[in-house]
Amino acid sequence: MSAQAGVPLAVCALACGGAAVLGAVLDRVSRAGGPRRRPGTSVACRVAAAGEPLRDGLGPAAARRTVRALRPALDAVAVCLTDTHAVLAWDGPDEGRRDAAMRDVRRALDEGRVVVTSPAPARLPGDDASGAVLRLAAAPLVAEGRVLGALAVHARADGPGLAREVAEAARWCSLRLELAGLDALRTRLRDAETRALRAQISPHFIFNSLAAIASFVRTDPERARELLLEFADFTRYSFRSSGDFTTLAEELHSIERYLTLVRARFGDRLAVTLRIAPEVLPVALPFLCLQPLVENAVKHGVEGRPDHGRVTITADDEGAQARVVIEDDGAGMDPARLRAVLRGDGGPRTGIGLANVDERLRQTYGDAYGLVMETAPGAGMKITVRVPKYRPGVRATPTGTTPPRGPT
Amino acid sequence: MSGAYGGVAVAAVALATVLVGALGLRVSRTTDDFYVASRTVRPGLNAAAISGEYLSAASFLGIAGLVLAHGADMLWYPVGYTAGYLVLLVLVAAPLRRSGAYTLPDFAQDRLESVTVRRIAAVLVVGIGWLYLLPQLQGAGLTLRTATGAPRWAGGAVVSVVVAADVAAGGMRSITLVQAFQYWLKLTALLVPVVFLLLVWHGDGSPGGPAAVHATVTGGGTGPHPLYATYGLILATFLGAMGLPHVVVRFYTSPHGRAARRTTLVVLVLVGAFYLLPPLYGALARVYAPDLAATGDPDAAVLVLPERMIGGTGGGLLGALLVGGAFAAFLSTSCGLTVSTAGVLAQDVLPSVGVRSFRWATLLAVAAPAALTLSAAGLPVADTVGLAFAVAASSFCPLLLLGIWWRGLTPPGAAAGMLAGGGLALGAVAATIAGWPRHGWPQALMAWPAVWSVPVGFVTMIAVSLATRGAIPPGTTAAMHRLHRPEPVPPTPRDPAGVPRAARVPRPWRGAGR
Repeated sequence: MSAQAGVPLAVCALACGGAAVLGAVLDRVSRAGGPRRRPGTSVACRVAAAGEPLRDGLGPAAARRTVRALRPALDAVAVCLTDTHAVLAWDGPDEGRRDAAMRDVRRALDEGRVVVTSPAPARLPGDDASGAVLRLAAAPLVAEGRVLGALAVHARADGPGLAREVAEAARWCSLRLELAGLDALRTRLRDAETRALRAQISPHFIFNSLAAIASFVRTDPERARELLLEFADFTRYSFRSSGDFTTLAEELHSIERYLTLVRARFGDRLAVTLRIAPEVLPVALPFLCLQPLVENAVKHGVEGRPDHGRVTITADDEGAQARVVIEDDGAGMDPARLRAVLRGDGGPRTGIGLANVDERLRQTYGDAYGLVMETAPGAGMKITVRVPKYRPGVRATPTGTTPPRGPT
Repeated sequence: MSGAYGGVAVAAVALATVLVGALGLRVSRTTDDFYVASRTVRPGLNAAAISGEYLSAASFLGIAGLVLAHGADMLWYPVGYTAGYLVLLVLVAAPLRRSGAYTLPDFAQDRLESVTVRRIAAVLVVGIGWLYLLPQLQGAGLTLRTATGAPRWAGGAVVSVVVAADVAAGGMRSITLVQAFQYWLKLTALLVPVVFLLLVWHGDGSPGGPAAVHATVTGGGTGPHPLYATYGLILATFLGAMGLPHVVVRFYTSPHGRAARRTTLVVLVLVGAFYLLPPLYGALARVYAPDLAATGDPDAAVLVLPERMIGGTGGGLLGALLVGGAFAAFLSTSCGLTVSTAGVLAQDVLPSVGVRSFRWATLLAVAAPAALTLSAAGLPVADTVGLAFAVAASSFCPLLLLGIWWRGLTPPGAAAGMLAGGGLALGAVAATIAGWPRHGWPQALMAWPAVWSVPVGFVTMIAVSLATRGAIPPGTTAAMHRLHRPEPVPPTPRDPAGVPRAARVPRPWRGAGR
């Protein structure tokens, strides 16, 4: 799932703004008396950049990279990152301080504020003569209103400067963690949407299919049995939980099953034409990205019409791309209403399906690969999907079309 | 008289190509039929398509010309062209399919997770595509001149226009069928005349031997260092086939790695069968048309033999069949090359995405070699193809072999290896086409670069990879798994009663009230 364009932009804006503030703070701190640093912004930038690994969440690897970058940026003796119950990464001379770190940050974790104390051995071995005393500042890392961990800094500097610096650095890290949480949330949201789409096999469809099958049970039991099997296979595919991608072959397979069931209900009123170039069958594409389009075509092409309707599905080889066209000769739609549907404020179910497919295609392949829809009232609808044959990361989960069923 | 036949044959082949391309849409697609999606491209059809695309002007005309001019040494050409698929079969076919890559740049990006490596691969693909298109257009010019007396540039122009129009208009959508058709057309076009020619030869009392001394070296061939040149040829053809852009994209059509391997096996058989024929023409030409070797057009041997040996209407018709076959060779190879070169151009070189950029890319893909044809008329057709193989062998062979079989390959290593091997080979090719070193070892080294450029490619790739161990892409283990673990072939679907679903007859749509 690639991040949307807005997020990096927002991060940049925040980073710049924050860097300016932090720069001003650090500048004043250093002017106030501490050793003169290089112009403030560069320190601020280094502090800001140090937190970047945390963008992926608070893990040992990200923490290690962060503390390594933070220590020189803060001019600290040692820097330590913890979560709520263990040290994740430590950078600096140890001498047993690392083990004491959890105790040191406990207050910061519990009270959710910056705490400045003296660490257990108050001097570094070499500093005994100079009289420099170590101070320890611990600041909590807060994201989504919860304390996730703490940043602890051992430094020779003292006074309000250290506390402010550490607090700012912790804020930066917190911001990154907040964004990481946002990412996770977005992923979850998308998964939920896809799951919803899976669960969205319309109740009407289930009801109608079962009713159609029931009507064959006496007159043509063999056909009824086959239809039931199609129904089982169709639901299994639609509810499958593994993998974001599938092959065009499998998706079309599922569509064929769907159409079988629909045909059982409509009989001769629905004519279906499939023209599939076998070259494009192995193409990988997002799971369930054609099924809603076909459902839409059937809905508009046949349902609510007294006479015959035709749905045409074409798949073509276009060099480095595959093109799938789904066409119906039904009632069509006012383009303005269609736009509203795609924005997500159109109508009930169908709209969610189309908008979701459009969004997933754009997310996977970029904005050039969204749905192309041609329609007008009374003129049917033609939906074109283009997918590149290869895109890094897009890989069909290799499940057999129908995993063996247990002996029932 | 034969001019008229030849013209008709060319027109018929061009028309048939366009028609199969357009109407094949109906033939190759299933309509109103169940289980459409389970109908993948069968290995047999795919193999015929690969062979149809692969057997180019070099095979159809060039080999006979070389055998005529230089004798049995030249049999290494058909051997090499075929053996390239053996290497492909054993080492590359299945993993390449499993990688899911459509083009060679895709493979580079998929395996090495580097856009830079992808770019380099894209440039090389375009270079090889152009280099390979060049002899097709040259051969077309030669064929049309031999058949109808048209000026030399005319044939190339005809092929360029037909190919560009066909590809840009999307007429190659059913390309698998078109190419498979072209294979059988080519095989027929060589097989039928050779039967009659052999009968005539037998009727003449099977003359042989003496003609072997007639040949006058007219440039090309193995030159003054035959052993070196032969090794160069063997290396280039054995290792170059896997790096040809139009061959690689066909493997994508196979549904899984096993099918890809089976396809390659059938390709070996089909290509091998085809390559039995051109040397026969070469041998017959040594008997009946030895003067061609001296006049400088040995490549025309295949085309003039029927007229020389049979003559009259029969000879004219057989000649026309050969002209048609030769044109099929130009068209199919050029179409395949144009599609894959234009695809890479549109995706990696030209800025925007969409149908229109693919059309511009098509024009560019055809126009560049067409322009080059005018300046490089001197080289024998099979030699130019050999150069394209040499570049492919020096750049993509190391990338594919090391990428598939060695975990230690790094993006910097791959980039350096492709640039060193492919770049040096391309430089040598450019020098040869420009006719720069004319004599002695420099000429041989430039004309047969594979002997040194392939090792340079491999060594650079390995050495730089070892020096940049830290840059091994993090996804290497996963990528290797993907390439080598046999994918689960979809099990035969079973229903609860244990009856294989496939046993049920796929049936057409039926009304509800049956």
